[in-house]
Amino acid sequence: MSVILRWLTGFGRFWYGFVVGDDWTVAATVAVALAATWLLHTTGVAAWWLPPVAAVLAVGVSLRRTR
Amino acid sequence: MSHSSVFVVTFLGAAVEVIEMVVIVVGVGSVRGWRSTWFGAAAGLGVLAVLVLAFGTALRAVPIGVLRVVVGSLLLVFGLQWLRKGIRRVSVNGLRGMGERSASAEGVPASGVDWTAFVLSFKGVLLEGLEVAFIVVSVGLAARALVTAAVGAAAAFVALAGAGLLARGLVQRIPRSALQLAVGTLLSSFGTFWAVQGLGIGWPGEDGAILGLVGWYLLAAACYVWLLRHRAHRPAVQEPAGQEVGR
Repeated sequence: MSVILRWLTGFGRFWYGFVVGDDWTVAATVAVALAATWLLHTTGVAAWWLPPVAAVLAVGVSLRRTR
Repeated sequence: MSHSSVFVVTFLGAAVEVIEMVVIVVGVGSVRGWRSTWFGAAAGLGVLAVLVLAFGTALRAVPIGVLRVVVGSLLLVFGLQWLRKGIRRVSVNGLRGMGERSASAEGVPASGVDWTAFVLSFKGVLLEGLEVAFIVVSVGLAARALVTAAVGAAAAFVALAGAGLLARGLVQRIPRSALQLAVGTLLSSFGTFWAVQGLGIGWPGEDGAILGLVGWYLLAAACYVWLLRHRAHRPAVQEPAGQEVGR
């Protein structure tokens, strides 16, 4: 059981590092921006511009934080 | 979305990783011998082909809207990671190539399989290729053009592997950092486009919005490269005399 658990943890860690990388805040910002975009869309507001703006700001903050 | 744009994105995305793959394989092969290196590379490529086929087939059953939100978000996060790395590397190294990676020639067996060469080559191809497989599956499925995406990546592999074998120095001189930055902008653009489209939100200008997104991310990358370079070259502020005492 512990071998399977260790393998699953390692597998999960690999994919996390692979997709998210060393700064989780960028992924979190993208997730929040997409959720906000969808919420604004349901209230009738055009919010297609929000994810690209949030993504660029997240990259800027990440570059500053991980100097 | 046209098949030609899927081809271009997967070709360039694969090229970034194939350069590194080729440099590893050519480096190992030229030092430790070619036979076991080829076996390792072929085994790595085989595993990658199986992964693309398995994930590609399994994920075809998922509804396109859900698929675009999930794949688009993943592609956006992954693309931003490359964009960030590309910005940082270009701001530090400019448009330099990646140079040579060497392997030790110690203990090469006279006959039989050289497992060091096999494992180095297999690992190099598989690990670098996983990112290619990710791009092929996500771009191919979101655009409903998996075959075109796979052909784009295969074309990058054939072109760069051929160039690597014919002129080793040529592949090492390709400015990988700049290419990574360019592909980061492309993946972020397509990721943004599909994630928003998958939410049921239309883009102004439909598919043409992708060009606007590419321009937006490129402009942002150029500004960040400039800012990082500017900050690195800024002279340190001189402290008044006597300030150091007591520190």
